[in-house]
Amino acid sequence: MSEILNMKNICKSYYMGDEELEVLHDVNLVVHAGEFLSILGPSGSGKSTIMNIIGCLDIPSTGEYLLSGTDIDDLDESELAAVRNKEIGFVFQSFQLLPRLSALKNVELPLIYSNVPVSERKKRAKEMLEKVGLSDKMNNLPNQLSGGQQQRVAIARALVTEPTILLADEPTGALDQKTGSQVMELFEKLNSDGRTIIMITHDQNIAKHATRVVNILDGYLTEAEVN
Amino acid sequence: MLLLESIRMSWENIIHNKLRSFLTMLGIVIGVASIIALITIVQGATNSISDQISALGVNKITVTAMGTPLKQGLNDSDIKVISQLNNIDGVSPTISGRTSIISNGKVMEDITVQGKNEVYFNKDTSLLKTGRSINIIDIRSDNQVAIIGDNIVKTLYYGMNPVGKNLMINGTTYTIIGTLAQSSGFSMNSSNDAVIIPYTTALRSLGVKNVTTLDVYLKDTSIADDSVTDIKSVLNPAFNYDEDAYSVFNMGDMIKSFETMMGMMSLLLAGIAAISLVVGGIGIMNMMLVSITERTKEIGLRKALGATPGRIQLQFIIESIFLSLIGGIIGLILGSILAFIAAILIGIGFSLSMMTIALAVGFSSAVGIVFGYMPARKASRLNPIDALRSL
Repeated sequence: MSEILNMKNICKSYYMGDEELEVLHDVNLVVHAGEFLSILGPSGSGKSTIMNIIGCLDIPSTGEYLLSGTDIDDLDESELAAVRNKEIGFVFQSFQLLPRLSALKNVELPLIYSNVPVSERKKRAKEMLEKVGLSDKMNNLPNQLSGGQQQRVAIARALVTEPTILLADEPTGALDQKTGSQVMELFEKLNSDGRTIIMITHDQNIAKHATRVVNILDGYLTEAEVN
Repeated sequence: MLLLESIRMSWENIIHNKLRSFLTMLGIVIGVASIIALITIVQGATNSISDQISALGVNKITVTAMGTPLKQGLNDSDIKVISQLNNIDGVSPTISGRTSIISNGKVMEDITVQGKNEVYFNKDTSLLKTGRSINIIDIRSDNQVAIIGDNIVKTLYYGMNPVGKNLMINGTTYTIIGTLAQSSGFSMNSSNDAVIIPYTTALRSLGVKNVTTLDVYLKDTSIADDSVTDIKSVLNPAFNYDEDAYSVFNMGDMIKSFETMMGMMSLLLAGIAAISLVVGGIGIMNMMLVSITERTKEIGLRKALGATPGRIQLQFIIESIFLSLIGGIIGLILGSILAFIAAILIGIGFSLSMMTIALAVGFSSAVGIVFGYMPARKASRLNPIDALRSL
């Protein structure tokens, strides 16, 4: 299968005053199309940092990151924004829906930034909401939806641009057990339809839903044994 | 398309914070309203005063002779030479004296009696209310005819038609041939209390030997300056090169300098009012900064979803322009209403020029751009990771 993400010797350091703090050490990671990868690690392990780098929200200090063959290091702010828009679909722990916009408008948002015409935008957003099972809640505001429904709106928003990777950061972190497992079922279904998913989590049980798991601990990434 | 989306998003945000948006706009509203009101009122006043000055004649040059001991004023030959100069349409001398008049046994003391010629009445036909004006025959034959002002009609001939009646001026009997229309408002020589007789008659009977004032009417006012020079070159040798003995005054110059003065005054007032616009602009900047802090997370999310820094900047600048433009339009309406009320109260004309409207709209959008730029730039530079993390 084709390789869509390739990280070579990625290091990331932050400066705390004068002190340099390296949070990622020499990370190597290859992801192929159609994979469902879990990055499993406790808090403070550097998993947020690696998610930010994968999502092009942050750039590595050293090393090479190829996303769909493009070297991220060569891109400026605007080009990075375009890459995020096209290649990455973000799903956040706390949903991050805009409270003043309806579910439909929230899903339309990424399409606005890729200049999709209004009529097509509406059509695609509706289709995506139907796909996640929210065809009857399109005009509801986020606060009129349950947590599970909100996360499904967020997933629809992440998928509406047909991104290369669905990047989820603790997608079940704010949900109860039952709705959490419903979201995981949705992920599994999306993956079986061919969607590449990378999920960051600290929860062993959630990570198990993936087809492949890597562990991250103190900034070192290791391949987990196949379960 | 891109712009339209940004406008829609900005509009939604302004509507969402109605009260705060309104209070922020208030600074701009007050600033623009005061600029519009001041400019319009000053403009109206300038127009009204200019019109009244014009009514005295923009197309004429006034020659005033103070005289020298040897030559106390203008004589007939001076007037004739001037009237034959290039670009001269006609001359109207004025001789003025004060004396008593008697009619029907009623006496009015200390009345201004002016000697004029036919040109004076031909140039402004609205001067005459009833009867006929002084004509060339009256001038040539020193006819003892008089035209009387409105107040004199009311005092001496109340309820009667004075035309054809006799009037004693300085002991001589004159026939009244007409009455003057009431002159209103600001006028340097109100004719309501005046009696006008042919100037040739006046020279003979009023005891005045020289013409002291001469109105020179021009064919083409655009070369008035040349005519002023011509007249001076006639008068200079006539008064033995004593330049203090006479003055040549161009009414057009007076209006020009008056309008320049009023223009400067309106600029000054608008400048003072513009300070409130700056204060309003700072208010907008302040609100934009607060709004950006509040919406840090939203900005972070939008960036994560693919909004470029330019896009974020555009959205916030549009929001700021919106705020100040709406404020500017409200201010324009408010200022116009104020100016309209003031115009009615003061009794001056009201005219709202396109220039003023353009000024209000232009100024307020400029304020939006200038004071929105910094906050918008700040928003566009937010790091999406930090922005998303902030709660």
